[in-house]
Amino acid sequence: MTLLKLTVNGIEHELDVPEARTLAGLLRDDLGLTGTKIGCDEAECGICTVHVDGIPVDSCIYPAFKAWGRSVRTVEGLACRDSGGGEQLHPIQQEFINHCAVQCGFCTPGLMMTAAALLESNPKPADRDIKVALKDTYCRCTGYSSVLRAINSAGNMLRGEDPLPPGEPVVDEPLNSVGRSELVPDIVDRVTGRARYTDDYTFPGMIFGRTLRSAHPHAVVRRIDSARARALPGVHCVLTQADVPGENVHGIVTLDWPVLIGENETARYMGDAIAIVAADTAEIAEQALRLIEVDYDPLPVVADPVYAHTREAPHVHVGREDGNLLKHIKVRHGDLQRGFDEADVIVERTYRTPIIEHAFLEPECAIGIPAGFDEEHAKLTIYVGSQIPYQDRNQVARAMDLPDEMVRVRGTLIGGGFGGKEDIAGQIHAAMLAEASQRPVKLLYTRQESMLFHPKRHATVIRIRTGARRDGRLTAVEAELYGDAGAYASLSDKVMTRATTHATGPYDVPHARIDCYAMYTNNPPAGAFRGFGVTQSAFAVEQNMDLIAEELGMDALELRRINAQKVGVVTATGQKLRESIGLLETIRICDEDLRGQANGNFRWNWREGNVAWGWGAACAYKNTGLGGGAPDKSAAEVEAFDDGTVEVRTSSADMGQGLVAVLAQCAAEELGLPYRQVRVLLSDTDLTPDGGPTTASRQTFMSGNAVRHAAIGLRDALSSVLSEEHDHPPDQLRFEEGLVRVNGSNVKFGDAVRLARSQGYPTRIQHEYWGPKTQPLGTGGDMHFAFSYATQIALVSVDLDTGVVHCEKIISATDVGRAINPMLLQGQIEGGIVMALGNALTESYIVEDGVPWSTLLARYKMPSIKHTPEIVSYLVEDRVPEGPFGAKGVGEIPSINTMPAITNAVYNAVGVRIYSLPVDQDALLLALRRGETEVHTAWHDVRERRQYA
Amino acid sequence: MPLWERYHTPHSVADALARLAEYKGRARLIAGGTDLLIDMQHVEKGAHTLAALVDITSVPEMTRIEVLDGWLHVGAAVTHTSIVNSHLLEREATCLVESCGVVGGLQVRNVGTLGGNVAHALPAGDGTTSLVALGSRADVAWHDGRREWLPITEIFRGPGVSALDSTKDLLVGFRFRRCRPGEGSAFKRIMRPQGVALPVLGCAAWVQLDESRRKLADLRLCISPVDRVPVRATEVESQLRGKAISDALIRHVAASASQVLHPRASKYRASAEYRSHMIETLVNRVLPLAIDRARSGIARAEGVGLG
Repeated sequence: MTLLKLTVNGIEHELDVPEARTLAGLLRDDLGLTGTKIGCDEAECGICTVHVDGIPVDSCIYPAFKAWGRSVRTVEGLACRDSGGGEQLHPIQQEFINHCAVQCGFCTPGLMMTAAALLESNPKPADRDIKVALKDTYCRCTGYSSVLRAINSAGNMLRGEDPLPPGEPVVDEPLNSVGRSELVPDIVDRVTGRARYTDDYTFPGMIFGRTLRSAHPHAVVRRIDSARARALPGVHCVLTQADVPGENVHGIVTLDWPVLIGENETARYMGDAIAIVAADTAEIAEQALRLIEVDYDPLPVVADPVYAHTREAPHVHVGREDGNLLKHIKVRHGDLQRGFDEADVIVERTYRTPIIEHAFLEPECAIGIPAGFDEEHAKLTIYVGSQIPYQDRNQVARAMDLPDEMVRVRGTLIGGGFGGKEDIAGQIHAAMLAEASQRPVKLLYTRQESMLFHPKRHATVIRIRTGARRDGRLTAVEAELYGDAGAYASLSDKVMTRATTHATGPYDVPHARIDCYAMYTNNPPAGAFRGFGVTQSAFAVEQNMDLIAEELGMDALELRRINAQKVGVVTATGQKLRESIGLLETIRICDEDLRGQANGNFRWNWREGNVAWGWGAACAYKNTGLGGGAPDKSAAEVEAFDDGTVEVRTSSADMGQGLVAVLAQCAAEELGLPYRQVRVLLSDTDLTPDGGPTTASRQTFMSGNAVRHAAIGLRDALSSVLSEEHDHPPDQLRFEEGLVRVNGSNVKFGDAVRLARSQGYPTRIQHEYWGPKTQPLGTGGDMHFAFSYATQIALVSVDLDTGVVHCEKIISATDVGRAINPMLLQGQIEGGIVMALGNALTESYIVEDGVPWSTLLARYKMPSIKHTPEIVSYLVEDRVPEGPFGAKGVGEIPSINTMPAITNAVYNAVGVRIYSLPVDQDALLLALRRGETEVHTAWHDVRERRQYA
Repeated sequence: MPLWERYHTPHSVADALARLAEYKGRARLIAGGTDLLIDMQHVEKGAHTLAALVDITSVPEMTRIEVLDGWLHVGAAVTHTSIVNSHLLEREATCLVESCGVVGGLQVRNVGTLGGNVAHALPAGDGTTSLVALGSRADVAWHDGRREWLPITEIFRGPGVSALDSTKDLLVGFRFRRCRPGEGSAFKRIMRPQGVALPVLGCAAWVQLDESRRKLADLRLCISPVDRVPVRATEVESQLRGKAISDALIRHVAASASQVLHPRASKYRASAEYRSHMIETLVNRVLPLAIDRARSGIARAEGVGLG
């Protein structure tokens, strides 16, 4: 054994470590420098970047001994100490904060380290230089626009110039706290590497788990023999289905997903778990998996949803009355025949969207702590970054045969979710392994396992027929959608319902008939993903709109303006729209920007040499909240302390969107407190009331309201006390600037709290907020309590010699009701746009006969900083009265219409319409050369053109 | 199981070979490791533990870029970043800088080496394509003590298969002729934004003009992948060699190149038909650029970093 000598952040080390260490492993596990994150172990995502002798490298695949004698710098070494011993942030850290270039924070260390190295060698980089440096350092949250601004600004500071002002959006009537871009409270931790995600936690005696998954997409497991694995030194336990203490099942909506597949049971996709192992190290656990013998009887594979619906398709879940049909969703509105009879033009087309992977940069991780492990862990405890902590608790309890109250789920920071951290991942397995071994067990998924296992965005096939009169008025929409639900239901019922109900687009359509079939297959399950089905149907709806416009010789925006939903319109589900319908305003703003710059010479397309340019427009709407009759509630509590601070508690999840700030702002506003006097505690089932799932763009509205009402309750209690004390009517008290103004005198907020407590008044108020009642689909009435609206216009360039498509610019206007935190909101919009741009141009998760091909990040390209278009974003604040301060959801609306805006732009540029995503330059070029006007294949179909092989 | 047991960092070619010999096939060479570690972890899935890795990035003669007797020498362990940052190479082997500049992202270029790119023996390795166009030779230290300069194309035996055994033999470096007046080179490639980061098609050209600068006295063209191994497009070259340069000639040859060469369809990368079109596009883009550089004597690498 050779000692490893190296310097890390200025400190010299001589370490006795195995020579097979990677640098990332050495930093995290041996030196405890967990600011360096591991996103892929493939040198693809770049978030593990550290400097070796000043040069940025991917530490995940850098052998530690390669750094022998060298100097390593990590994110922990970016800041320095000032003369007073305080922490002096590096300009790059400061500007990442100021420009809101941090959302979940998981990739932030990598982005900053790469950027810091760039600025040290090139203090005045052009945007191109930044894109070169950061091309392979991914961020899934921000969309990179803020990252570019932050780096430019930090460059200014390093050159002794003024930093750039943050690109803060203009908002209507900012209040004391609401409408202001307050910083997320732990933002400094997120730029210094101190922020802790699940994999950054360690516990005494902690061991490591791994999961054996099915070798086939569809097979009966005949025999599992784990004797050799159990005998391997260092293995603590090997568990199979027989070891599940309670019910062997989980599922968010439908209980159909086995915790473990037992002997003589059927594995339905390649992510199905057969056995779980805990061992002294993850490597030993991995080795043990190889020693488990499993015999399978493979079954025929159901590989696509349309086939799944045929009579001959085998059943994925044997014994279901509906076979592979998970759900047939119907929208019936008006008289379809009459609608098409009234139409002067009818357009019917079929569109396809692929499976999309969330690719949150933090792979799933859960840590189980056995009950009674220590004082802090009297109960079985699960540490996990989850979007639904209470449901996790319920699902763990069911499988562990425990009452819910005997399980505690403690939410950690979440490194991105986007809907992909709603289902159970390792929570139950970690609980089982912890109880069986009586040790803390960390179950960290590799990137490759994450990609194999977790539910994705549904692949869809959408046939849609749209009719319109000569004057542009839509008369009817008829559509049939197939959604690939994969092996288990997850949220398929809800997601595909949303795809169905939104399939008229945000328009006044008097007659509609829409049928959707969510089908079980042997593909990875599909579930929640930002946009929740509406992303897919919008791709079809908005291209049909352009086809109609073309048939009518009408401007694409004019057609949308004529049909836009407005107050008084009845949607296809029978909901009469009453308020907060900002669609027309979003169209007007985008139109004005688009044509305003052209000085009367606007053209939808033009050519420069061998490059064709085109603009394309699309509109969108997206519900806020669960809707459809589901009881939608969120509970929060607000507790005030003598020192004048307040703590807000709810189990809602912050996965980078900035909910912590939004909730603190709601409380600060109602209590007249400075924002910094409000703390927020999230996601602990023992300490925080149930905020419900963080999904459906609902938390600003739901938990925001819960916090608001709890804060109002607290304010009322304090008012009562002070009004008695000062003999002054309670409605004449004013809460502002951390004071209560009573009859000309100022009482400090903390003093008011002390007084209230001494007189037995409550200083901790809980409120359970129930969203406005909604109706199930098919019963008419309000299916949703609010909708957000957006218009986006994309500019693309197409290289006529290669077919390569670039999205150069997006003009966006989004009706969010009210911007509670403008910079965070802007981050949601920019990030949502770039994520959807990936869906349009770069992303597709490929499965071949049930076997995922895209199980390496190297085989799944999400947008990099080099793809980032110029984004011009406007806010429309058409307030919804029931929302907190008028706000409605923003999490998903930016990801709905980017795809059709881009494909409409491609059509306008070159006259070829794209019916299948992602846009395939290969097929596009061949269509151009052959004079064809339609492309129905996508990148993943290249294999099918065998005639060229 | 660890991926390897020991990690050695020899300081000479002889020591590196001795280390490999000591482990009798159970040790492998590592340079940047950007391909090797991913292969071990994700392709072989950690199924084997190597007895040792032998890191050759501290062997001085393998990390130099230098001029010796009219030849440019580039060590096999020179990183892509070092090549990109070399003004000497930008001037005299522009295509090599352009091809190394589009490999991976910055972090990978900072550790990944030219020798690693060649040793991987992909039919369309970016660096390889340009080394073929430059008429390079590879300096090979065989395990039996022989040392020889092999023409670069003789390194490749099939997709991913090289003549060298990385548990025994050592690729020390490359050399090619210095650039003389009237000579120039260029490289471009076509990528797709989806899936694996392998080129749909790459094309490197080296040209030598006659004294009038109007005729192509000589040229080498490498378009890949069109075969199982990187090859020169000799039929296309012969249509141009000795000819007077004109836009019409280049367009004609570019069009016919797509007939002469027969690229295959690759699953998830490109159809054969698309590749044929791209041959025409790339020849039309790369040849005039190389000729311009040869005429002007000015060469600024294009496209570095955002390939």
